Amino acid sequence: MPKRKDIHKILIIGSGPIVIGQACEFDYSGTQACKVLRREGYEVVLVNSNPATIMTDPELADRTYIEPITPEIVEKVIERERPDSLLPTLGGQTGLNTAVALAESGVLEKYGVKLLGANLRSIKMAEERDLFKQTIEDIGLEVPRSGYAHTWEEAEKIVEEIGFPAIIRPSYTLGGTGGNVAYNLQEYKEFIHWGLALSPRSQVLVEESIAGWKEYELEVMRDKKDNVVIVCSIENLDPMGIHTGDSITVAPAQTLTDKEYQIMREASLKIIRAIGVETGGSNIQFAVNPADGKLYVIEMNPRVSRSSALASKATGFAIAKIASLLAVGYTLDEIPNDITKKTPACFEPTIDYCVTKWPRFTFEKFPQTSPELTVQMKSVGEAMAIGRTFKESLQKAIRSLEIDRHSLGNRYIDKNIPLGKLKDKLRTNCWDKLWYVAEALRRKVSVEEIFSLCKIDPWFLNNFKDIITLEAKLKRRKGKLPSAALMRQAKEYGFGDKYLASLSDVPETEMREHRQSLGVDPVYKMVDTCGAEFEAATPYLYSSYEAECEAAPSDERKIVILGGGPNRIGQGIEFDYCCCHAAFALREIGVESIMVNCNPETVSTDYDTSDRLYFEPLTFEDVMCIVEKEKPDGVIVQFGGQTPLKLAVPLEKAGVKIIGTSPDSIDRAENRERFNRLVKKLGLRQPESGTATCYEGTLKVARKLGFPLLIRPSFVLGGRAMDIVYDEDSLKACVDEAIEASGEHPILIDKFLNDATELDVDAICDGKQVVIGGIMEHIEEAGVHSGDSACSIPAVNIKKKVLNEIKRQTKLLAVELHVKGLINIQFAVKDDVVYILEVNPRASRTVPFVSKAIGVPLAKLAAKIMAGKTLKELGFTKEIEHGHYAVKEAVFPFLKFPGTDALLGPEMLSTGEVMGISDNFGSAYAKAQMAVGNSLPVEGNVLFSIKDDDKARAVPLARKLHEMGFKIVATKGTCIQFIENNIPSEFALKMKEGRPNIVDSIINGDIDLIVNTTVGKRSIDDSFDIRRNAVDRQIPYVTTIRGAEAVVQAIESLRDEKVSVKPVQLYYR
Amino acid sequence: MKAVLLLEDGTVFKGQAFGAQGQKCGEVVFNTSMMGYQEILTDPSYHEQIVTMTYPLIGNYGTNAEDWESRRVFVSGFIVKENCEYPSNWRNGATLDEYLKKNNVVGIEGIDTRQLVRHIRNEGAMRGIISSTELNTKKLAAQLESYPGLVGRDIVKKVTVRKPYPWGEGVIDVLSDEQTVPEPKYKVVAFDFGMKRNILRLLVSHGCDVTVVPAKTSATDVLALKPDGVFLSNGPGDPAPVSYAVETVQTLLGQVPIFGICLGHQILSLALGGRTYKLKFGHRGANHPVKNLKTGKIEITSQNHGFCVDLDSFEGKDVELTHLNLNDNTCEGVRSEKLRAFAVQYHPEASPGPHDSRYLFDDFIKLMGQK
Repeated sequence: MPKRKDIHKILIIGSGPIVIGQACEFDYSGTQACKVLRREGYEVVLVNSNPATIMTDPELADRTYIEPITPEIVEKVIERERPDSLLPTLGGQTGLNTAVALAESGVLEKYGVKLLGANLRSIKMAEERDLFKQTIEDIGLEVPRSGYAHTWEEAEKIVEEIGFPAIIRPSYTLGGTGGNVAYNLQEYKEFIHWGLALSPRSQVLVEESIAGWKEYELEVMRDKKDNVVIVCSIENLDPMGIHTGDSITVAPAQTLTDKEYQIMREASLKIIRAIGVETGGSNIQFAVNPADGKLYVIEMNPRVSRSSALASKATGFAIAKIASLLAVGYTLDEIPNDITKKTPACFEPTIDYCVTKWPRFTFEKFPQTSPELTVQMKSVGEAMAIGRTFKESLQKAIRSLEIDRHSLGNRYIDKNIPLGKLKDKLRTNCWDKLWYVAEALRRKVSVEEIFSLCKIDPWFLNNFKDIITLEAKLKRRKGKLPSAALMRQAKEYGFGDKYLASLSDVPETEMREHRQSLGVDPVYKMVDTCGAEFEAATPYLYSSYEAECEAAPSDERKIVILGGGPNRIGQGIEFDYCCCHAAFALREIGVESIMVNCNPETVSTDYDTSDRLYFEPLTFEDVMCIVEKEKPDGVIVQFGGQTPLKLAVPLEKAGVKIIGTSPDSIDRAENRERFNRLVKKLGLRQPESGTATCYEGTLKVARKLGFPLLIRPSFVLGGRAMDIVYDEDSLKACVDEAIEASGEHPILIDKFLNDATELDVDAICDGKQVVIGGIMEHIEEAGVHSGDSACSIPAVNIKKKVLNEIKRQTKLLAVELHVKGLINIQFAVKDDVVYILEVNPRASRTVPFVSKAIGVPLAKLAAKIMAGKTLKELGFTKEIEHGHYAVKEAVFPFLKFPGTDALLGPEMLSTGEVMGISDNFGSAYAKAQMAVGNSLPVEGNVLFSIKDDDKARAVPLARKLHEMGFKIVATKGTCIQFIENNIPSEFALKMKEGRPNIVDSIINGDIDLIVNTTVGKRSIDDSFDIRRNAVDRQIPYVTTIRGAEAVVQAIESLRDEKVSVKPVQLYYR
Repeated sequence: MKAVLLLEDGTVFKGQAFGAQGQKCGEVVFNTSMMGYQEILTDPSYHEQIVTMTYPLIGNYGTNAEDWESRRVFVSGFIVKENCEYPSNWRNGATLDEYLKKNNVVGIEGIDTRQLVRHIRNEGAMRGIISSTELNTKKLAAQLESYPGLVGRDIVKKVTVRKPYPWGEGVIDVLSDEQTVPEPKYKVVAFDFGMKRNILRLLVSHGCDVTVVPAKTSATDVLALKPDGVFLSNGPGDPAPVSYAVETVQTLLGQVPIFGICLGHQILSLALGGRTYKLKFGHRGANHPVKNLKTGKIEITSQNHGFCVDLDSFEGKDVELTHLNLNDNTCEGVRSEKLRAFAVQYHPEASPGPHDSRYLFDDFIKLMGQK
């Protein structure tokens, strides 16, 4: 059946900022949708608040709205654009929820917009668990015993029936937010109340716990002629009880016979038909009792999901692209299989390798929260690895994670842990349980016993045992390098050179040379959807230690781009965006692009993005093997964040040509001493500083410089273990942490510029000429990590003279460092004096934001410069200045980490970002706040609790809010200050001052906005509950005085005029 | 212990032996199903074939007492990337290695199976010899020389039953262990050319009283049993030399409804005047898209055939093409409305594979009902 002719203009809703549970996978799916629908001749209108996405590149859609994804704003887009249809299934839960809200409120009907893919009825049937349960039971399948509660009374009745442990799942939340397992009534009550508060519909599901059962997922596609195929089966290594996003998962399913698999397949077909998903992909989860095969249906996502991105990368079957084509009327048999080109997409991929996905956690950033895995997702990213055996893919996955663990060795845990404690560990769901499992195997605990403790299927445990056994064999030879046969086996088991080297106690290079001298080199196999049954046309490759290599490198001019690996706080989609642009740029200038990455969520690992894709870990060994096979003309390391940057020097030493800015220049900027010399040479200014390797040394430097001080480790990302210290008392703890994070490197001690304004500059340089991309003024004062700070282009409060000085210094530095490509510089301005804080001669996190703000793809230009072009040749010679304001705001995962403080500091904690764009600053800032879910009130009660230093600045803010009709509530000191300044304000007790106090008011819903700034440990502790309750109850809050100033401007703008929307394409004119 | 695989073009693969020790010739083919190896091993259609699994990890769930597709293991040799020594499944009874040992099948693991598959894909299915006892390739080559291969040989006679017997077992639900055995409504005579048991189970579960008969049973003997329908089973090898069955079917056509699967489809096609030919490397897997030309719907099918019915050979004949393979546009099903006979090239009984095509058994029941 050909495509639909009755639709012309399609609205796609993206998923917004990267948050836990919703990451790059929706950029991947949305980008595919935009591309393929436009290719089919449809006009595409896109709404997405996330500027770091490829999908929001202005050339991807006809009209791109970088606007908050709320029903109100999307309605405005619909009003302006009048699309005739809406594709709701590609923007994750956010996109789906927004579409549902628009359908239910009648907006879609009012404007005659049709839902494509899934209708409202089927979305609700899949999403509303009581409807889902009924539907599943009607078709003769089973779900765990459960009940729905809207009140505590209802919840109490349910648990009487199903008993403990009970699983609590709030309806309609992302990544299982608010999901919990309760083991007793007290916990249960707490979790129920939390769940009800979080569910947009005040509904929670209470479910019988089937923790310990095996968990499976099937990715299902259906077209409008009711053809259904299963794209991929996934088996979770971690049993039920751990969110699938936090589970290590393996594709295909490993331990099911065909009989059992077909039962699951048949069930999936029945489910997708009963739910009535008309076209597109769905994800269905099952639980299987390991003792007797009993099958429960757990849930279904009637949309493209994280698992479908994984399934696409695991099989080569482009689910989102095909789902988009199905949505506009094609059937599966009419769509060709991209990889084989000759056979149709209407088939079930078969794979001849094993895929392991491993989640990436960042619990070290949230020490107050329990690092225990539950039914609520906590991981911030994932790595995927492909191998010919499970053992190979497992070990490749471990080193892909970049957590400085390279195998299952016990050096990564406390290897002296007593056996009893070790067994206790196996009962818990700590994120690194596998290392304890491996240790238990090493200590000869039987597979049966380990299984009884941790419920990881014995098949996996026995595979670990194989690895451990070989490890012991390799270790026994300490001092002697492995023989050819042993080496080959070790490589087939996935052991990396680095780990093998450590087992033999030799340097990695020696082990590598030894391996090569034995002729043990990897070959590259293709991901081809069909187990080699048909010839593949798309070079999507992975390494393995086998006989035949299929890589077939070309003789063209070619460049390797190293990606960023798994998402983590500090390194995420922004860098993937840059890597994709590098690939696009190379294609445009006729250079073959070769992408290396291991993050399955991303656009960079779409086989469409580059000419050749190597799905491989980003380690020295794995990259070198590719370089040796491909013999590229150059390697780009400056776009993927710290991961590839760390490889720059070792790669160069090994004779690899790093193109663009030289590793030596990068080192001049990163190495503290060389950097100091550079700054001195250029006659620039930086805060006074020193370095130390121990506490005593730090104290000496501290006394010389005076407080406050900024303490940080060197060579780390995202401000890990970075802190501002105001006195000697708090110095010790901070130094200890920094020394630990710094490893062999010294810790850095900077004089902290109190109350300075921080600015970020992204610029581009071809070695001679420099063009400023954008100067961003941070909203929050210096000291808040630049990744966590909101910022504005153009700068709002900085004098022209100062801006010119910043530009001058930027150009000076870029030329001095012979930058070929991008450079990012962080400045602080205090009393109109410019200080340099940091220079990064590489792509920065802000590159996509700047590019979207000014309408110029900086990363793409930079890649072309690296390949030899000049700015003049590229026609980019002048800084772009528009009349509009673009504001970036960060998104934080505090809600997912109970017990953490929402205070901002020098350690980066945000997972993603949004952009607000408008003709004035206030409105742009208001939109940015709206987009992060911090919708500012235009009336109501504002709570102020302000530190002394900020009190003077708070007065005019309170006055303005009072004049706008807000009621001001303030804690003691702040209240006195306000009253002294004739601002009527109500006095509220702090937590420890008695009751009813301010937290009671917050809980009772009497507060609409919270302004809370603190200094020093005590007052931070005092106000913790204020911030935590604001997070839990999703009340807008701001924790810096400068942030508050911006908030007041935004509120003014919101009161003056209604928020309007405009496509970015029009801003760039 | 080492093992080798030698192909007729001289290509050698060296790996580790598992399963039984010995050496055996056969046609080297590959199957792309990721699960269902026990069913594949016991499918008589694989007689005289050395089967390579494209999925590298085989043996993960062991073997069990239920997933047999015939009375014994039929493959000549079994090739995998990694044989699992520690299966995990609640139904597991024995490891793959133990199973192959017990059933006297030579296995080889640790070779680059993808390389082998690509070789067969490019060069075509070919004769080969697998050995764990003799590793000298020259000696093996000499032995392989004397192996005639499948083309032009009647292999069916080696796998068919000796005597007719009744079949009463229906489809078993592995989870509940319950069988579906309704009151029989129709009497079916099923020709065993290398019958898979799941076909028989499905016939029983669809209300058939089934008698299985040897391949060479005459039309007279079949009709003497007064069947409501005749079933032509799957089976190994080249259909052309099985001329006795073709003749029998020609006699039966028009007298009794006929349903055929796989080799049965080829035999019916030959009886209807069609031709068959050998495919380069065949269709073996559980993911082949087949279009039902009547409904336009796609079925994901289980396939296992090295020979194929020539579409053009029916030109001008009263035979309807009912099913088409979307990967290579080959014939997957034919029907003669007038003669009340139909057949499919693929395996609606699955086992292993998807259950999308089970409606064909209902079609057979309906056909028998239209008297």
